[in-house]
Amino acid sequence: MSTWQYITNNYQYILLLTGEHLWIVTLALVIATLIGVPLGIIITKNEEMAHKVINIANILMTIPSIALFGLMLPVLSVVGHGLGMVPAVTALVLYSQLPIIRNTYTAIKNVPPPVVNAGRGMGMSPWHLLAEVQIPLALPVILAGLRTAAVMNIGIAAIAAYIGAGGLGVLIQQGIGRVNEEMILSGALLVSLLAVVVDGGMALLERLVTPQGLKIQQRRRR
Amino acid sequence: MTTYLPKILRFLLFLVIFAAGVAAEKTGLIAYVTDPYEYPYILSLCWQHLYLVSISMALATALGLGIGILLTRDRFKKYAGVGMYIVGLGQTIPSLAVIALAMSFLGIGVKPAIFALTIYSILPIARNTLAGIMSVPRPLLDAAKGMGLPPRSILWEVELPNALKVIITGFRVALIINIGTAALAFLIGAGGLGDLIFTGISLMQPDKLLAGAIPVTLMALMADFFCDLGEVLLIPRGLRLMQR
Repeated sequence: MSTWQYITNNYQYILLLTGEHLWIVTLALVIATLIGVPLGIIITKNEEMAHKVINIANILMTIPSIALFGLMLPVLSVVGHGLGMVPAVTALVLYSQLPIIRNTYTAIKNVPPPVVNAGRGMGMSPWHLLAEVQIPLALPVILAGLRTAAVMNIGIAAIAAYIGAGGLGVLIQQGIGRVNEEMILSGALLVSLLAVVVDGGMALLERLVTPQGLKIQQRRRR
Repeated sequence: MTTYLPKILRFLLFLVIFAAGVAAEKTGLIAYVTDPYEYPYILSLCWQHLYLVSISMALATALGLGIGILLTRDRFKKYAGVGMYIVGLGQTIPSLAVIALAMSFLGIGVKPAIFALTIYSILPIARNTLAGIMSVPRPLLDAAKGMGLPPRSILWEVELPNALKVIITGFRVALIINIGTAALAFLIGAGGLGDLIFTGISLMQPDKLLAGAIPVTLMALMADFFCDLGEVLLIPRGLRLMQR
């Protein structure tokens, strides 16, 4: 197992790259959440706008990642950030918008009207209603959107190594360049492992934030 | 305010198109793609890209549909959950990793690239075929059975038409991911438009870069559009009305 040997021999470098990878993905996910979740909530008030926003996010998602890096390079070069972290994080934020906005929107829309009406009847203000009824009930679905975005971002961040953003993609990039099989394999396996682990972790988190009442309801429905 | 909004948006759109045109001229894109020595090469890369995408998509559609249909037959139904789980897990694996793995096991060239693209595109198609057929309403199946349709006719005349919308969605996802991933196939020596993009990035040549990135983007957007069209053409009219 020479791949295993490669990993153990270079574990410090690999840890550094993993950290870099996670940092890019986390940063992008935080920014994307700050934009996407409020946007998803706002568009529940306006059907027409919701349609437009989701369509635009859909088109963004259609653009292949390496092409988006390419398209952004000349644009961001104007402000001196054509390569590196900035275009990588920007692309990841753009790609994350669709799952986050769509899930937030459907989750808030799917909160049962009787529950919302009950809250309103108790004299809750719209803000109160949002913070104490709608968002807690929508949280599992919103997190499912974040999970999709996170897994996707890990894959795209690997490609971002080609625009100098660092991360585990560097192993694949340099491995292909040097025809170093151990390097390619360890890069590919570690990126895949990272995606699978993050997917599992987010699934666990999803289960943790599901309100107790909702869980009982789901069980009863079965 | 609302009456002016479309006009303002249209104006902004024109402005963006104009700016894009200026940028195309400034970066030398127009000069690059009209260069008599360059444009046959760009065109050949486009064909190469389309070749990779179409071969791998044809294989993936056949295999994905097959797997999806097989896992919903009575004999294999008990494996459907496991199959769904494996496919879901496979989808979390990054595209670059799949390409890299194909290279380290199969070497460089067109064949490993097509292999990687096929494997990667099977997942969404199989997943959606499975989900689509499983979500066909039970009463429909019972009615078909009651009319005495043999299992084969139930599959072709009831299950597949009803699942078609979900299957096409899976095909669309697979196709768009495939077009994007085929751009990475350049890295393992299979050519395609990734050639221009990666070379453009390495050499910091925006004209070359854009000559690759724009066609790939257009290809993906057009694929999306054609899938919409396919949905309209393929799904029986009655079902479309019902789903609305």
